[in-house]
Amino acid sequence: MAEEVKSPAPPPPPQPQPAQTGPSGGPEGEQKPAAEKPAAAAPAVPAKPAAPAKPAAPAKPAGPVPMPWTSPLVEKYKSQYGSGLDAQTYLGQNYLNVDRSLIPDILRLLRDEEQFDYCVDITAVHYPKREKQFDVVWILYSFPRNQRVRVKTQIADGASIPSSVSIWPTANWLEREVYDMFGITFDGHPDLKRILLPDGWKGFPLRKDYGILQQDKEWVQINLGIESGQ
Amino acid sequence: MSSPTNDRSNLDLETPDKTYLDSNELIINMGPQHPATHGVLRVILKLDGEKVLGTECVIGYLHRGVEKIAENRTYTMFNPYVDRMDYVAAVSNGLGYCEAVEKLLNVEAPPRAKYIRVILTELNRIASHQLWLGTHALDIGAMTPLFYTFRDREEILKIFEKYCGARLTTHAFRIGGCQYETYAGFEKDVKNFLAFFPPKIDEYEALLTTNRIWLERTKKVGVISRADCIALGVTGPVLRASGVKWDLRKAQPYEAYSDFDFEIPTGENGDTYDRYMVRMIEMRQSLRIIEQAVNGIPEGPIMGKVPKVVKPPVGEIYHSIEAPKGELGYFIVSDGSTQPYRVRVRPPSFVNLQALDVMVRGLLVADVVAVIGTLDIVLGEVDR
Repeated sequence: MAEEVKSPAPPPPPQPQPAQTGPSGGPEGEQKPAAEKPAAAAPAVPAKPAAPAKPAAPAKPAGPVPMPWTSPLVEKYKSQYGSGLDAQTYLGQNYLNVDRSLIPDILRLLRDEEQFDYCVDITAVHYPKREKQFDVVWILYSFPRNQRVRVKTQIADGASIPSSVSIWPTANWLEREVYDMFGITFDGHPDLKRILLPDGWKGFPLRKDYGILQQDKEWVQINLGIESGQ
Repeated sequence: MSSPTNDRSNLDLETPDKTYLDSNELIINMGPQHPATHGVLRVILKLDGEKVLGTECVIGYLHRGVEKIAENRTYTMFNPYVDRMDYVAAVSNGLGYCEAVEKLLNVEAPPRAKYIRVILTELNRIASHQLWLGTHALDIGAMTPLFYTFRDREEILKIFEKYCGARLTTHAFRIGGCQYETYAGFEKDVKNFLAFFPPKIDEYEALLTTNRIWLERTKKVGVISRADCIALGVTGPVLRASGVKWDLRKAQPYEAYSDFDFEIPTGENGDTYDRYMVRMIEMRQSLRIIEQAVNGIPEGPIMGKVPKVVKPPVGEIYHSIEAPKGELGYFIVSDGSTQPYRVRVRPPSFVNLQALDVMVRGLLVADVVAVIGTLDIVLGEVDR
């Protein structure tokens, strides 16, 4: 493991998970969650016993659990932002739960200081029963570190979020798709409009309250004047 | 790091005064039904004479709501749907999905299944590159390679058909391994193909690599820099042709790829010719991988310990593989039920297509066709 070669951060303490990897091209990766499972349980639990979102695991009670993720990167931002930031790792994959107010800053710092130069994906998940209904997820990758991280934040329905097009130009279409499918608006996006669906489309299909037959029934009703047989 | 492409990302179509007859600027429409757009892609071109000033892609004609379908199907039922995204590389799509769910379930496919998967996936990579080469050359004006590549691709599709009964949308893999054991003579067929195909690549290269028309049409056309590639999230052969030696099979090996010895080809100039060369070498490297896999294929079970009802624990996973077009990722959120709560597909074609605008500015209309071809997009995957 030679993470320190190109990373600005000092070498991390021994990690329970193999996700901290060497420079690009190294044979390691964020795989083999099965192998790390017993090791991960031992050192990390006392630090934060109340790990949220513990899987229900009906059949096997000994399933993997999200663990607190500790690394120099996390320490640095935790001391800077305090409780607005929560770092977890699950199945060998690291993610940061970040308060919405920190969003453009954290993303920019991750690119500028931590070399997360490649924005793999931006997406969202809808939880209609929650007060803040949407999770917005950025999946980032760093070529120099060969490491991935996910950044998640929660926002309420109707709330907007700062666009990251100025950080990664690739966010342009990705944010448009999130807007198209979830109706989440991105402030500062150069051209926020629907991308996959036609401009006149009603509703946002990937919201949980959007029924899959809704559009079909309406179309049949308007154009054929009969009840849809679906 | 600055944002090299940000200020150019948007085509201003709202100023009609620029397009009146006294102006040189003209906005024309290309597609969605255009033979060179590889499906139903509509590109709005802003032209000054023959020179491209800007483009805007209009996509979504093939949108089938795959991600919404996933939320209404069980994990197993959704498996065949992923084949319909990148339908020329269905095996890769299935591999990515099965692996993502396996990670979520915390199971691993047995070694024999992994080797079968690698063989089929690499065969599929060759098939995808063959289709790309044939259509790309046809777009540029060389008709012969199309017939050559389709003729040879048939040999791969025959292996698929014998293995799982389907040629294109194969649904070859299952969560936890493979459904089918290899048929009698599978290894022989694959070895025959390994002997059959290298001379065919030489044939393609004899037609194109030093062909003067091909060089004129591809050298210094559609150049994209390394920085632009990374900023725009471009992956796959396009990224490698711009000089970034990055392939997920090496960078974060999945399946059994760490067992095999192969090289990652890279280009220098990031132009259409380099991308052509990178893909040609990739086909040869895929043959190398297949050869090692078929010679070292272990005995044993082909299905891991996966329950009949796939019910992953609450959690989320992002898993990506190196598909023929680039990084294909699946972000799956499980709520502990038999149906995924959310499946997000990170399609390489969709993200790569975004680079079209950067690549064609300042080129001629005919080059737009070449650049669309060299990006190797499949609209089924762009639109999902």
